[in-house]
Amino acid sequence: MGASQTRTEKYQDLADKTGFSLEQIENLHKRFQRLSDNEETISREQLDSIPSLANNPIRKQIIEAFFDKRNQHQNEVGSCEEIGFEQFLMVMSHFRPPSLKTTEEEKEAMRKEKLHFLFNMHDTDNDGTITLVEYRKVVEELLSKSGDIEQETVKAIADAAMLEVASTNVPHMAPDEFYEGITFEHFQQILKGLEMETRMHIRFLDVDTPTLRCGKSSS
Amino acid sequence: MPSRTGSHSPTGIGKSLPERGLLLLMVLVLLEGSVIPLGAASSPDTGHQKNVDNHKAEGEKNHTKKAFPVLDLDYRHIQTPFEISLWVLLASVMKLGFHMIPRLPGIVPESCLLITVGLLVGGLIKLAGEKVPPVLDSQLFFLCLLPPIILDAGYFLPIRPFMENLGTILMFAVVGTLWNAFFIGGLLYAVCQIQPANPNELHQLEILPCLLFGSIISAVDPVAVLAVFEEIHINELLHILVFGESLLNDAVTVVLYHLFEEYSAAGTVTVLDGFLGIISFLVVSLGGILVGAIYGILAAFTSRFTSHTRVIEPLFVFVYSYMAYLSAEMFHLSGIMALIACGAVMRPYVEANISHKSHTTIKYFLKMWSSVSETLIFIFLGVATVDGPHHWNWTFVTVTVILCLVSRVIGVVGLTCVINKFRIVKLTTKDQFIVAYGGMRGAIAFSLGFLLKKEEFPMREMFLTAIITVIFFTVFVQGMTIKPLVELLAVKKKQEAKRSINEEIHTQFLDHLLTGIEDICGHYGHHHWKDKLNRFNKKYVKKCLIAGERSKEPQLIAFYHKMEMKQAIDLVESGGGVNLPSAVPSTVSMQNIQPKKPPPAKPVEKALPKMTKGREEEIRQILRSNLQKTRQRLRSYNRHTLVADPYEDGFSELLIKKQKMIALEKKIKDMNYYLTVPAAPPDSPTMCRARLASDPQSYSSKPAMDRVPTIQVDLASPQSPDSVNLMDEFRRADQQEEDQGLTMKAPSGQSGFNRPGEADRGREQQKLTRCLSDPGPSADEEEEEEPFLP
Repeated sequence: MGASQTRTEKYQDLADKTGFSLEQIENLHKRFQRLSDNEETISREQLDSIPSLANNPIRKQIIEAFFDKRNQHQNEVGSCEEIGFEQFLMVMSHFRPPSLKTTEEEKEAMRKEKLHFLFNMHDTDNDGTITLVEYRKVVEELLSKSGDIEQETVKAIADAAMLEVASTNVPHMAPDEFYEGITFEHFQQILKGLEMETRMHIRFLDVDTPTLRCGKSSS
Repeated sequence: MPSRTGSHSPTGIGKSLPERGLLLLMVLVLLEGSVIPLGAASSPDTGHQKNVDNHKAEGEKNHTKKAFPVLDLDYRHIQTPFEISLWVLLASVMKLGFHMIPRLPGIVPESCLLITVGLLVGGLIKLAGEKVPPVLDSQLFFLCLLPPIILDAGYFLPIRPFMENLGTILMFAVVGTLWNAFFIGGLLYAVCQIQPANPNELHQLEILPCLLFGSIISAVDPVAVLAVFEEIHINELLHILVFGESLLNDAVTVVLYHLFEEYSAAGTVTVLDGFLGIISFLVVSLGGILVGAIYGILAAFTSRFTSHTRVIEPLFVFVYSYMAYLSAEMFHLSGIMALIACGAVMRPYVEANISHKSHTTIKYFLKMWSSVSETLIFIFLGVATVDGPHHWNWTFVTVTVILCLVSRVIGVVGLTCVINKFRIVKLTTKDQFIVAYGGMRGAIAFSLGFLLKKEEFPMREMFLTAIITVIFFTVFVQGMTIKPLVELLAVKKKQEAKRSINEEIHTQFLDHLLTGIEDICGHYGHHHWKDKLNRFNKKYVKKCLIAGERSKEPQLIAFYHKMEMKQAIDLVESGGGVNLPSAVPSTVSMQNIQPKKPPPAKPVEKALPKMTKGREEEIRQILRSNLQKTRQRLRSYNRHTLVADPYEDGFSELLIKKQKMIALEKKIKDMNYYLTVPAAPPDSPTMCRARLASDPQSYSSKPAMDRVPTIQVDLASPQSPDSVNLMDEFRRADQQEEDQGLTMKAPSGQSGFNRPGEADRGREQQKLTRCLSDPGPSADEEEEEEPFLP
């Protein structure tokens, strides 16, 4: 059928953009259709209604990340109301693992991309820095499912963390200077030890991933 | 040595110490060598008893009166414990000695040196003409020497990397060992048969004994691996791979050993036997783990009730673990796996329940026992080598050594090809090389060989010789060269960086994120199951096994408090700027990150809210719980380093102060804030620290000074808890030369309090000053009296 022809072409196009293999795209498309009730787009409520997500403390942030335009590599900001399959795939592509053939530069680029994804999740007001208030929110959300947590403790943890970032990146500050917030460079610096490119991935339902592309759409 | 002792330079002193050390070593070795034969030469105890009886009988008959013996020598009375103690002493002094010799520990791994010492001692004993005691007797080895090492390994096993790489580890352990055993056994048999023309003793060797030999020699030994890998500080992944493999291959070894030993007499192995062997393997390994887990849960449950008898808490850990080992051995299950399972299962719960002191005790005892055990094992290896009996056969031995190497390499490379298809983080060639090269054999192989009966295995001595040669080869050659090779190949080393709070936050964040993405994908990957397990653990298991409030504490908070505590400990311990862990001296402090607040419009005369009892209790609880938690995530596993713990007493005082400071911070939150003058001159942190360390009594003597004007001198928001102040002091101190050290005496408490009104002092100091001198209405006295630690 003509429809399947264009579908394969479309998949191929998506494969080139995101770096997934055709089978993976096929599987993800099936999942997308199940989530969206066979519509073209998914809304927040539909993602919210996934039962296993209910226990996740950072559920809201995760769902929001799908609708965040910054994760689409289009250099846009803001958020959408609904997303299509292509946007869905773009977000998923952040979670692909490196393969044996990935070079060092590609690994660096991958790490940066993944860290940027995390950064966007924390930086909710799109101003390019994670302020203390935003960071506190992060810690609060993380601990939200763990029973009754003292607000003081949350603040203390967030403050300590912020202090750590500040003192690592800007060691000498005069007492009356103010550290605005964590910029992306500082964020990268502080999480250098975690090796994001090897940790932030999930196993997509296919054994072989093709040679890595960084997933930048405008290439 | 007049010239040397005269000099006061460090090198001079350094030279004389190792000399003395060596001298001491020689003396002890000679002593050991002479005492053992002496003991061995004396008649055995039973004979002694008979003699005594005879003497008594004779004495009664003859009624001869001897002079009353004022001083008597009765060696036989204390012989066995004395000899054991002497061996242990020798082992420990050896360890001391090696580290005193300047460059030796860097070049030669300890295990080699210890074997050499063993050879020396064995040689001395033989020279004295006496029979060498059967030190590596299997009873002694398997029941006394091996368990402490394995328990130490199991209890401190880094669970996260272990579980993440479990598939790989199992592949290497099970399939790798099987491959090694059959390859070596089979090829050895083939080689033995190849010279039909010259009748050779090797021709007598049947296939089954060869396979048995193969299975004995193929297992990677945990003791040897630990001993060598600890010194090379390799990255976590490789360490856990080789080490995990050495632990888990015990099940395979046990099954193969029993299988071949059983049927060597019969001469054939049928398919049925093979099938039974597979089932036996499953039973042995899973059974061992089950037994270990049961004992682990029992231990955890018992520790829930030990809050009133803290002193015997460590005992439960040790006894339950040892019983797990013995129970598993009783059923011929894998004792090593039982021990690992027991330690790993009980650890999180036990550590939540026991006191801080007990935790330290367990840590130190485990490290001590395992250290001594390991030293003894290597020395005994040396002694047993000298003992023999040996039967050297060039062909057999050299072929064995070569085959071991070859099969290991082929095995690792082949398995990695398969494994890499399923791994996300693939193993590179360098990794494969290290894994292959790190496959060392050790004392377990020797003991298993020793266990063989001579009647059933006429070639036993030849086996033993070959085993010893392989052990020596791996320990000496591979052990000594692995360090330079690691350097040469630029293998990634273990990261030294401390775990920061940001990393912890993001690790947890990532866990939840990845679980969420997996749920959205609809794909039940291992994050999903891990999450499920965690929730199950939190909901049901922790409630049963952990006493009281601790069962509900989330991990992030625990980590944060732990970190605070650790910094407080470091501060108290280092007492100066010398060994501060924070590498970057920084003047950043809390006010740099807090947004500036305009002075509030409210009047200053606002009544300070009194802290409620409930809140105090909460704080006390949080602080108390810190004492019971320890590092859960061990980045690297090292036998020789432990986190230093301060004395518990000074520590508790520190915590009382902390508690007070937190209370005070809350009270002064509503006060005016305004900026003050710039940073203080250098000596303020010292004074702060000294005050910090002063006795709590200095507080109670100050109630009159409560409302001293300090309140006027303000600074920016002190919303942060103290830990931040401490962290800050810490960093500041880095900048200065600290040779004043921390004085734990009561002291400058006085001078500290006398400074309240100095507006030109630094912020931090003021903060502390105010905190310390403003205990608040009547909260102070009550807090003083209540005992802090249970």
